[in-house]
Amino acid sequence: MDIYSRRILINRLGIGLSMIAMAFGLAALMWILWTLFSKGFAALSWDFFTQDTPAPGSEGGGLRNAIVGSSLIIGVTTLVSTPIGILAGIYLAEFGSTSKFAAATRFVTDIMLSAPSIVIGLFVYALMVATLGGFSGWAGSVALSLIAIPVVVRTTENMLRLVPSSLREAAFAIGAPRWRVSISITLRAVKAGVVTGVLLAIARVTGETAPLLFTALNNQFFSADMSQPMGNLPVVIFQFAMSPYDNWISLAWGGALLIALLVLSINIGARFMFRSKDKV
Amino acid sequence: MSHEDVHPAEDIALKIRNLDFYYGNFKGLNNVNLDIARHRVTAFIGPSGCGKSTLLRTFNRMYDLYPGQRAEGEILFNGKNLLDRKQDVNLVRAKIGMVFQKPTPFPMTIYENIAFGVRLYENLSGSEMNDRVEWALRKAALWDEVKSKLQQSGLSLSGGQQQRLCIARAVAVKPEIVLLDEPTSALDPISTAKVEELIDELKSEYTIAIVTHNMQQAARISDFTAFMYLGDLVEFGVTDQVFIKPEKKQTEDYITGRFG
Repeated sequence: MDIYSRRILINRLGIGLSMIAMAFGLAALMWILWTLFSKGFAALSWDFFTQDTPAPGSEGGGLRNAIVGSSLIIGVTTLVSTPIGILAGIYLAEFGSTSKFAAATRFVTDIMLSAPSIVIGLFVYALMVATLGGFSGWAGSVALSLIAIPVVVRTTENMLRLVPSSLREAAFAIGAPRWRVSISITLRAVKAGVVTGVLLAIARVTGETAPLLFTALNNQFFSADMSQPMGNLPVVIFQFAMSPYDNWISLAWGGALLIALLVLSINIGARFMFRSKDKV
Repeated sequence: MSHEDVHPAEDIALKIRNLDFYYGNFKGLNNVNLDIARHRVTAFIGPSGCGKSTLLRTFNRMYDLYPGQRAEGEILFNGKNLLDRKQDVNLVRAKIGMVFQKPTPFPMTIYENIAFGVRLYENLSGSEMNDRVEWALRKAALWDEVKSKLQQSGLSLSGGQQQRLCIARAVAVKPEIVLLDEPTSALDPISTAKVEELIDELKSEYTIAIVTHNMQQAARISDFTAFMYLGDLVEFGVTDQVFIKPEKKQTEDYITGRFG
């Protein structure tokens, strides 16, 4: 066999193997989505969004309290982690790029990125729940923020590092102080990427269960009081899926489908944002 | 080596004295002395790596952004040493503007590209700002091409237009000196001609220092030319003399294309 036909063969082999790998990954995703749809779609009804979680043994019910609770906890998480994460990312990329403090921050951020979420849940439990006397929505938001902030910090820093130094120099060259260059020029140049990072962080924490088990716990009743235990989708799914009641199990599938769709649409939205980054 | 008496009759905008420059341990400039005449065009030529851009970047302390780079000596501007640690670099850069090799429009509208720099040091009303933006764009011979699309992104312009936008941006803050670091090397011949015309018009109000790889360009647009080689200022004089009858052998070799 000459060298040329051997290359063609190896090429075909390589493409074939990667196609199989791709099909494997895609099939798993499709399987999950299909299972969620087939078991969860039936649960999505008007009652699903308007009724609260049912008591053991009672009929019907919905996930209103869990949906509202999750929205509140994630909303507060977003409000807390976006400014902290972006500002820290700006510090790392624009101000302290070579300082020891920045190196330490980067190191800690990397550890936090890979920290098991249950550890973070336990930490907030010890910090807030055990000392302040009870589970609360606030504690849930703090735990989720600890997971979201490192994601935002890292994407913000990485995005800012992509800004060519020529643009930075041009801004300094008309006499702009460093903070102005950071906010008005470099952050602006990569805002689509930074927003993408925030969206991905939200998507990441939307499905987190372990940190909420120790912090927000759950609440069978509707509550918008962040200082009280709060219903939320992941924990409700966790509890209902393992229950003996059929209507609970059905609601768990519905909740799982809802979260999956939410995360999927956030991810697609993030991709869409990132693609349109060339526009001002 | 003394280059101060090249143009005794000229008003001096920038006096460079005993300037050494270091990139870490590497010495990039050796004891450079020269005067840059007010409202004239001074060109810096020389082969790549000779230090001409390095020299230009000391005039607005651009090197300050990078740890490890430092300048020693004096650069006198309005009687003050720019290299003095106490000197506010942002104020220096507002007075000594710079345009770079690659066009670098900010990621905002054409209007905002101009207004951004003006807002840093002046508090203008809406109509004053409109006037200033128009004035700067006219100065850069760009107004007629962009007046109907001021709210479009600066990035939507062609390369040549982007570079003139950068010149307008530098001029808009009314600096005394404009530094041009190979401003036409990324442009096509027509855009280059426009920028060269522009430089000729700007010199009635601004002092211009330009680094160029293109010797014909230096000959066409400058009043004074400095030839640099390996961090030394080899020759400095009236442009016509430097090109027609250079004093130094190295200058002659470079200009006639024997090296570089």
